Amino acid sequence: MSTFDNPFDPNRRLTAGGCSCGRHVSEAEHAADPSSSLQPAMLESEDKKFEGVVASAVMRAMFPQDASRRAFLKSVGAATALAAVSQFFPLQTATEAFASSGPLEKKDLKVGFIPITCATPIIMAAPMGFYSKYGLNVEVIKTAGWAVIRDKTINKEYDAAHMLSPMPLAITMGVGSNPIPYTMPAVENINGQAITLAMKHKDKRNPKDWKGFKFAVPFDYSMHNYLLRYYLAEHGLDPDVDVQIRAVPPPEMVANLRADNIDGYLAPDPMNQRAVYDGVGFIHILTKEIWDGHPCCAFAASKEFVTTMPNTYGALLKSIIEATAYAHKPENRKEIAAAIAPANYLNQPAIVLEQILTGTYADGLGNIVKQPNRIDFDPFPWQSFAVWIMTQMKRWGQVKGDVDYKAIAEQVYLATDTAKLMKEAGLTPPTTTSRSFSVMGKSFDGSNPEEYLASFKIKKAS
Amino acid sequence: MTKSLRIRAAMVSLVIFAAFIGTWHLATRGTGAVAQMSPEYAALMGATATQGKSAMPGPLDVGAKLWEHIRQPFYDNGPNDKGLGIQLGYSIARVMIGYLIAVAVAIPLGFLIGMSPLMNKALDPFIQVLKPISPLAWMPLALYTIKDSSLSAIFVIFICSVWPMLLNTAFGVASVRKEWINVARTLEVGNVRRAFTVILPAAAPTILTGMRISIGIAWLVIVAAEMLVGGTGIGYFVWNEWNNLSIVNVIIAILLIGVVGMLLDQILARFTRMVTFPE
Repeated sequence: MSTFDNPFDPNRRLTAGGCSCGRHVSEAEHAADPSSSLQPAMLESEDKKFEGVVASAVMRAMFPQDASRRAFLKSVGAATALAAVSQFFPLQTATEAFASSGPLEKKDLKVGFIPITCATPIIMAAPMGFYSKYGLNVEVIKTAGWAVIRDKTINKEYDAAHMLSPMPLAITMGVGSNPIPYTMPAVENINGQAITLAMKHKDKRNPKDWKGFKFAVPFDYSMHNYLLRYYLAEHGLDPDVDVQIRAVPPPEMVANLRADNIDGYLAPDPMNQRAVYDGVGFIHILTKEIWDGHPCCAFAASKEFVTTMPNTYGALLKSIIEATAYAHKPENRKEIAAAIAPANYLNQPAIVLEQILTGTYADGLGNIVKQPNRIDFDPFPWQSFAVWIMTQMKRWGQVKGDVDYKAIAEQVYLATDTAKLMKEAGLTPPTTTSRSFSVMGKSFDGSNPEEYLASFKIKKAS
Repeated sequence: MTKSLRIRAAMVSLVIFAAFIGTWHLATRGTGAVAQMSPEYAALMGATATQGKSAMPGPLDVGAKLWEHIRQPFYDNGPNDKGLGIQLGYSIARVMIGYLIAVAVAIPLGFLIGMSPLMNKALDPFIQVLKPISPLAWMPLALYTIKDSSLSAIFVIFICSVWPMLLNTAFGVASVRKEWINVARTLEVGNVRRAFTVILPAAAPTILTGMRISIGIAWLVIVAAEMLVGGTGIGYFVWNEWNNLSIVNVIIAILLIGVVGMLLDQILARFTRMVTFPE
């Protein structure tokens, strides 16, 4: 009797001979047939799948004899049987208990986040119930800055945290902190950043005119920093010589732009849209025009958390992956904007978040732009992303000497784990862990990072 | 005469206050529509961009928001959104714990230093080096070693408020009049009894002055500490509203921090008057 077929079907074939589904001569042939590899129940929602498993187990326990179970079902009907069973056996509770893969080592978790739209899946999973679905009681805690989030995760005040996708690599490599094995099982968002300039530069749209500009990025080890440097360098400006790039916390960016202390920034949202909303800046370009589909923020946890609490980690990651899948759908974006706008989460005007998440926005120059994938959500941590990030760390002198790109990427970007959990959540993960992409027309596949690095004219690495 | 002086002073205060509010109001008024915008575009923009409203809120905005906070001081919408009453409560509790630990350490140690010239000389260099360190400099070290953010905040309050109390206690104890101690000695009063019946009452005003300076420092420190460790407290509230670029709420927080600081100072001022005695 297969675990995944309907226990309330009196006409179901028994497994005396042939295969479990009854359509094949032997188990081997059943396994070879692609159409039978996924049971119908598996293709439905996850709840349904577990319901079937639990009900099947209960029926078998009550009527160990196949023949008597059949007789019972035939005489009263499946629906009545289910109702009768449910009366004295709490199927619902049993299903929920079964849905988690094993006993959770810890139920009350703290997850840190920075109040920017990149954290959307981590945040929305709390008010929209994705954590509680897996039996977790997660408190999402707003945190003052990237360095504080790093320290609080390292000292275990947070079980996991929202980080910038280069941070787990930097922490693992011991750049900017002590080396601690870190993992990044999911990307939070792709795209979703922009270059915002002060209103006074609205006629200087060519980056070649930007010599002497002062720019801000949120953190040294961030996609923002690497993308801005890349963009400037492609236009012939040396980011270390021709302009100034400072690390400034996102909320201070808008205030500094207003005060005329900086000329622009490459920052996470809501800061770009907020500058437009407040009338102090305009959106020059979205980062998706630099690299369409680039990762930005990430969901990260220490290796220790992953290994000592595998079930909790699995449940947490599954909730994040499901929230990410939900956030990916354009039709849910308005609802998400409303869910994360209150003071407890992003603390921003809902209209600002809605413009970012739906991609229909005011650009600050009087136009309403429609870019549905201005920000998107895709959890898969491609290892070639990690390799690209490391080439840029080396390009700008953040790391020196030989870098074992492949090994570090595999150790930190847990693509195989993510794929496994995505499958369990009913999603279709990619079959490889690396893929090629192009950044401003230059393609990169991760196989030859040193050669890629050598091809840049403007760089710091010697 | 004194009565009329008080009334006149109150009048002047009121005039200054009214002038301040008036200038503030005039300076932050909106200037009307600033640019031509289509209605759909304007719907996506904020008031600063559409109505030329100053980025600085006016006194009426602050008053209205303050009233909103006062009406609902204890709401709790989850870990990152709590009423101002709760935030102030957390801050005051942290300050009290850190401060009381500082009192428990500083006063006995100050007594020791004040009564023994040897210890005074030996400990002085350490105190002089540790005294001027800013709370923000302690914070990363505390976070890294204590590994708990609320304990770190308490530690920082302790470490910053301990020095004025310690120095004042030592000074007060050391400068108790020699005659009084000699009288006690002639009456063959024991060491412990002498400390409690002669030195403590004589040094009490100085000790309390030190405690008063310390509570002021502790209250200064808490805002900086909470801005960094986050979670709860008035300092976190300021940071959170700064994130939201809500200057209204930042101004309200500044106002409340000032009022609470004043109250704490007044309470200790009253204690100081209670222990002062005519010589």
